[in-house]
Amino acid sequence: MPFGNTHNNFKLNYTVDDEFPDLSKHNNHMAKVLTKELYGKMRDKQTPSGYTLDDVIQTGVDNPGHPFIMTVGCVAGDEESYEVFKDLLDPVISDRHGGYKPTDKHKTDLNFENLKGGDDLDPNYVLSSRVRTGRSLKGYTLPPHNSRGERRAIEKLSIEALTSLDGEFKGKYYPLKSMTDAEQEQLINDHFLFDKPVSPLLTCAGMARDWPDGRGIWHNDNKTFLVWVNEEDHLRVISMQKGGNMREVFRRFCVGLQKIEEIFKKHNHGFMWNEHLGYILTCPSNLGTGLRGGVHVKLPKLSTHPKFEEILTRLRLQKRGTGGVDTASVGGVFDISNADRLGSSEVEQVQLVVDGVKLMVEMEKKLEKGEAIDSMIPAQK
Amino acid sequence: MPFGNTHNLVKLKFSSEQEFPDLSKHNNHMAKVLTPDLYERLRSKETPNGFTLDDVIQTGVDNPGHPFIMTVGAVAGDEETFEVFKELLDIVIQDRHGGYKPTDKHKTDLNADNLKGGDDLDPNYVLSSRVRTGRSIRGFCLPPHCSRGERRAVEKLSIEALDALTGDLKGKYYALKNMTEAEQQQLIDDHFLFDKPVSPLLLASGMARDWPDARGIWHNDNKTFLVWVNEEDHLRVISMQKGGNMKEVFTRFCTGLTKIESLFKERGRDFMWNDHLGYILTCPSNLGTGLRAGVHVKLPNMSKHAKFEEILKRLRLQKRGTGGVDTAAVGGVFDISNADRLGFSEVELVQMVVDGVKLLVEMEKKLEKGQPIDDLMPAQK
Repeated sequence: MPFGNTHNNFKLNYTVDDEFPDLSKHNNHMAKVLTKELYGKMRDKQTPSGYTLDDVIQTGVDNPGHPFIMTVGCVAGDEESYEVFKDLLDPVISDRHGGYKPTDKHKTDLNFENLKGGDDLDPNYVLSSRVRTGRSLKGYTLPPHNSRGERRAIEKLSIEALTSLDGEFKGKYYPLKSMTDAEQEQLINDHFLFDKPVSPLLTCAGMARDWPDGRGIWHNDNKTFLVWVNEEDHLRVISMQKGGNMREVFRRFCVGLQKIEEIFKKHNHGFMWNEHLGYILTCPSNLGTGLRGGVHVKLPKLSTHPKFEEILTRLRLQKRGTGGVDTASVGGVFDISNADRLGSSEVEQVQLVVDGVKLMVEMEKKLEKGEAIDSMIPAQK
Repeated sequence: MPFGNTHNLVKLKFSSEQEFPDLSKHNNHMAKVLTPDLYERLRSKETPNGFTLDDVIQTGVDNPGHPFIMTVGAVAGDEETFEVFKELLDIVIQDRHGGYKPTDKHKTDLNADNLKGGDDLDPNYVLSSRVRTGRSIRGFCLPPHCSRGERRAVEKLSIEALDALTGDLKGKYYALKNMTEAEQQQLIDDHFLFDKPVSPLLLASGMARDWPDARGIWHNDNKTFLVWVNEEDHLRVISMQKGGNMKEVFTRFCTGLTKIESLFKERGRDFMWNDHLGYILTCPSNLGTGLRAGVHVKLPNMSKHAKFEEILKRLRLQKRGTGGVDTAAVGGVFDISNADRLGFSEVELVQMVVDGVKLLVEMEKKLEKGQPIDDLMPAQK
């Protein structure tokens, strides 16, 4: 593919007009930002590992987007992508993350004790609680760009780090390519198994190359802490359990993450992070905390209330169906999670979920009794 | 993507063993040939345009293949690929093309006068006749590797050349990206429209990038001569009509192709060709003539005969369903075409189809009358 700099230099024989993508039918963040001028300015650049502008935008060119859903339309191939192509990515980040400026600083707070409450969400309504994030290992390129050697090195290091965990974190790694049928069945039943990406948003960016080589799933014996290796990011870390004890889920999340980080640091492959963008991940939408903290909650009455969307917006929350992104809710059960990723800390985002869900459950109970909820409508957070 | 030479150099920091793909579950020509040794020898190479070994084999790594169907598992990104990576591709070519040696010479013959007969296949049995091939324009990279600028240049040149055709070849170009609904429907009804590739064999090699930019269909007013621009190859040229007059189909094919070639030459462009591999195309399976000449023919009795497969083999023919490759026959109607591409000329291959189908129809008629066909069995061609 013409993503390397030899062919990149060769492409410079063609004019900007010749090479500039046709974005006339496109609706994604990249397409809204990338002008011919900007393309002309950046097209001869590359990161130290050879990632080019065309690499960054290919997924957005190949996927024009949807009138209702605004996709990002660009990915990073390595840590340096965010620096070398900042003229494109800073505006994309600003658009995606509520006006976040190139000079803004992001705060990281993984001290679960700073969370207030969160252990008493009503389990009659809150069926399950979950927190996920991603992490990238410094010194390796990201899934759109990495080679088999890099991916395997990431896997090897991750297995070392994870298998050294003990106590509540003691667990086992299941590589995708040598999973038995029984293991696969169990992982599906636990809702743990991830499959080869089919979304063209991901495949066009090159993340599915060499599948299933170097990919796998690790989880603890208790099945409450789970790590995906080499899917859309180097690592996806998930803490989850039934019921409404978000505090416990977040505690396990923070403790586990920090334990893992120590081990990677010892091997000189700590997590990619900087004080402006927080944790560096493949998709610009996951910068900052990369955190999505959410619950499955029964809101059959509230969800049909005319002010439901308004309430969510003010609480800085978003709804999804119980199948995750782009699915419909079933039986009045919604996935409610934080909308923000960048510009607020982990504790702040989980606090928003905890407080917001608590309020919505109260509202649901009022509506059940036929009472009004107008006095409870929150201010914009 | 890590296909450029900067990242190729970065990859060299990992050992050959660390980078060598896991081909243990694979069944394609590339996987049968590529040893760790060979990988080590070739992995630091690149073509002048920056196409690397990993670029060549990516599709074969991503698509392990099928126990019954042997796919190629490798593609070319430019003309030089077949030279720079000859240690791999010569053997793949040999396996795929019946023992064709690196020292063998390929003969091109597009003089339709050299075809004997072929104008009298019984239209009660032969429903339609068709000849297709591909052509690559020298000086441009091939679909797995070309940039938007190159692809658009190929399209522009092609439109110029095709617009200059006259007489019964006079026609019109329909660009995929601004086709009207009416035009699209008509092209579908004519069975002319090609769509964005969905086969992972093609997608994994990068041929679908920037779809539908610079892709289009040209056909003559009579709807008997059709050119696809920038699908799996720069050009796919198709001559077709109802009935059994293969001679006429082939004559139009040769005339049209030769005219197009001279029109490109007038504009300073040649087709990629050499005296060893014939016409250079993206997939090694299409080298030589790139020609598939076939008919849709009714053989309900013949196809059930115990010796059907044996007869096809001896005639150097292959069968497909009427939907094309990997489809099933419907109502006893089969697509019968030449099995070879390389090492025989165009005239020789079409002669095999003409003679072979004539014989098969004779056999079908005998079987209808309840007569045996043992004395009609052909020798191995």
